[in-house]
Amino acid sequence: MKEIKDIDTLDFETQNLADSSTKKRTVGSLLKYLILGIGFGIVLVKAEVISWFRIQEMFRLESFHMYGVIGTAVVVGIISVQIIKRFKVKSISGEPINLDAKPFSKGQIFGGLLFGFGWALTGACPGPIYAQIGTGVSVFIVTLLSALAGTWFYGLIREKLPH
Amino acid sequence: MLELLKQPWHWSVAGVIIGLFVPILLISGNKAFGISSSMRHICAAVFPAKIRYFKYDWKKETWNLVFVAGVIIGGWIGAHLLSNLEPIKIADSTKTYLQSIGIQEFGALVPTDLFSWESLFTLRGFIFIVVGGFLVGFGTRYAGGCTSGHSIMGLSNLQLPSLIATICFMVGGFLVTWLVIPYL
Repeated sequence: MKEIKDIDTLDFETQNLADSSTKKRTVGSLLKYLILGIGFGIVLVKAEVISWFRIQEMFRLESFHMYGVIGTAVVVGIISVQIIKRFKVKSISGEPINLDAKPFSKGQIFGGLLFGFGWALTGACPGPIYAQIGTGVSVFIVTLLSALAGTWFYGLIREKLPH
Repeated sequence: MLELLKQPWHWSVAGVIIGLFVPILLISGNKAFGISSSMRHICAAVFPAKIRYFKYDWKKETWNLVFVAGVIIGGWIGAHLLSNLEPIKIADSTKTYLQSIGIQEFGALVPTDLFSWESLFTLRGFIFIVVGGFLVGFGTRYAGGCTSGHSIMGLSNLQLPSLIATICFMVGGFLVTWLVIPYL
């Protein structure tokens, strides 16, 4: 059972799913995330990050555009995190900000390659799949359903995969 | 101002805004930026099927689901209210190459020759739309994150596993772009 417990910590995007403390979810706090999500969707469209053509350009090394977007975002992110750590910035609700180190797993290699295959085919990572549906390319609903099926299938066979 | 917003945004502007999502989410709610986990939460909410990976209180991650609902709305706003209605100006070499493999429609964000309901029922379209989507869902969860979770959030926090994941995303993308797509 120990291995199974260990791989629960491998999801980089979720924190403390086992944590049983219940925080209040108010409509107001959720509205904040709706507005942030809308902003993110607009940037993805206006910077053409969701364009299949832009992703092909990137993987064919024929344009700097996508490297510029991701590179700039990472630089801004690194500076922000360093400031947060250096000055021990707290969240607006007063908690220390959670920036724990995450462990290595072979999943980052195998899963990373598989996601890369899918990224080149669909021209979309998960954010752009949602944004693409919003732009009106309705067949991307099928891509989303298929991605959900892939997520579910990973959950089903996870314990059998090398991590 | 509105006319300016309707132009395609420069990569540096977009990069700065996307990068700022890291501190905004951390400070406003102690949340790690990441989109692909929303798919795990949807599975946990809709069809957990007693699978261990989906047994947790997904309602605590409602913020993430609300965020992606916002991304859908933002996609609509970007494409309808803030559109300059012009095709994306991609590199000539990319365009020539894509024409050589049979792509003809360059007017939209995606080639409608590949991404349309008619295309879905061809083998080629099925691979791009369905197989591609499945690999995105499976791969991101196996890797523990996607472009936002690893390549933006993880790299911002200088996580070596996220660098490894990002390199593998790119290697996977290069392999399919150069060795598979030309023959599809």
